[in-house]
Amino acid sequence: MFENVKDDFPVLINNPLIYLDTAASSLTPKTVIDKMNEYYMHYPVNVHRGVYELSHRATQMYEHARTVIAKYINASFDEVIFTRGATSALNLVALSYGMDYLNAGDEIIVSELEHHSQLLPWQNVAIKKKCRLVYVPLDDEGRITVDNFLSVLTSKTKVVALTYVSNVMGYITPLKPIIDAAHKVGAIVSVDAAQAAPHLPIDVRDLNADFLAFSGHKMFGPTGIGVLYGSRHLLAKMTPIELGGDMNDNVEKDHAVWKDAPYKFEAGTPPIAEALGLCEAVQYIKKLDITAIANHEKALAKYTINALKKIPGITLYNPTTETGIIAFNIDGVHPHDAVTAFDQDHIALRAGHHCAQLVIKWLKVPATLRASFYVYNTFDECDQFVQSVIKARDFFLSVGF
Amino acid sequence: MKTLENLYRQIIMDHYKNPKNKGLVDDPKYHTVHIKNPSCGDDITIQTNVTDHHVTGVRHEGSGCSICCSSASVLSTIMIGKTVEDAIYMTDHYLKMVANQPYDETIEFEDAIAYQGVRQFPARIKCASIAWQAFKQSIKGKE
Repeated sequence: MFENVKDDFPVLINNPLIYLDTAASSLTPKTVIDKMNEYYMHYPVNVHRGVYELSHRATQMYEHARTVIAKYINASFDEVIFTRGATSALNLVALSYGMDYLNAGDEIIVSELEHHSQLLPWQNVAIKKKCRLVYVPLDDEGRITVDNFLSVLTSKTKVVALTYVSNVMGYITPLKPIIDAAHKVGAIVSVDAAQAAPHLPIDVRDLNADFLAFSGHKMFGPTGIGVLYGSRHLLAKMTPIELGGDMNDNVEKDHAVWKDAPYKFEAGTPPIAEALGLCEAVQYIKKLDITAIANHEKALAKYTINALKKIPGITLYNPTTETGIIAFNIDGVHPHDAVTAFDQDHIALRAGHHCAQLVIKWLKVPATLRASFYVYNTFDECDQFVQSVIKARDFFLSVGF
Repeated sequence: MKTLENLYRQIIMDHYKNPKNKGLVDDPKYHTVHIKNPSCGDDITIQTNVTDHHVTGVRHEGSGCSICCSSASVLSTIMIGKTVEDAIYMTDHYLKMVANQPYDETIEFEDAIAYQGVRQFPARIKCASIAWQAFKQSIKGKE
């Protein structure tokens, strides 16, 4: 599977790097880099402004990117807002919908699995609007279950803000029944799909999510671009949080009229090259096939977990993960010490709390190591990684850890 | 050569396993500074007592990797008895040494010389620095 795929990634050519940190950022294929260069080489001008030919071309390409991405997630064109990333997309939902439509006493459901970019905007709304932040109790493995979700859902629940795939544990949230139940009590659901979009097919109609956010740089795309999907009827009644150029229809001395969605949420010059790059990244995923990608990662993770399980002195935190994310530690060795050993073997993986401090606290550890897989990883790399884990464990034991 | 052995020296491991002057004191004579590196979770508190322009006490507490925790212990053993000027001078040059910048090589760093290897591991400079940065703040706050 994906035998020659490494050749698509300039950084991997003639490089011994074993890259196991895709959950932070994926590597960039040449087609994406070329697309962004094409913009800067051939039509590097602003969109929606000039009536000259070159600006028209830039606008056409930018809006084509929106069309492709909308189709990819089964949304309508006007439901796809380009943002700086999943973080600004999730902040937009909280700062606009949350601040305008929530009232004192309303309840917002989140979980300890949330990335800070999903948790903190709603924590802020809860503080400012005197709402109650309610946590779904995680089960023994650290999962969000439908039953546990139902146990905290009440008639006061107005917002459900949950992750689709945990960036530490790799678990997939059973969103469909959760969203159905939330809608029955009149709550809206905002989904953090930053770890889902690169690895799972996303269908916003089938999921019936009200909002769904993801980032380009975790799915072969560039940094500085992300998407907020919002259902049309909600976007229509929401006010923009950033005001400025391009997002208005008419400006008077004492008031102004906004454009319709998505444009009212895209103030200022957007990240044009990045939108084109993200579009190309989606084309690349379509070419490889998202289900094949998911199966490949899952197979690598399972293979690696089975090997790690046999090594004494290693603690695995998510042996039942259903995606390509493995959270673990070498017993008695702080992850920051461990990661230096892997670095010596040209293996890049993440150590820390992964911008999800609540789940690290739930695990009752100071931090974890995280290995995450993508298409460019191979079974041979998994073997090398496991050997490196054993070598690191032995080294730290030998110096007295 | 850049090897793990150059980083994880015996002195560092000794201080990591058996830290000196660990544990904070509830004494108003001590000045307390807390530094956290949120990206990796290192979290160090340094307390310093200065009497007659000399460092007379250093305490530390915190959690983090071996480089970070041991460096707090090492600095506590070195600094006690030094004048404030010498302590600050040594701290400034220690921070330069681990960051691979030119530093005064005539300084007798005692056990802290073990952290020379950090310069080969740019990703770990911060680990070796935060206790010393906290110490410098604490001593300045005490002056």
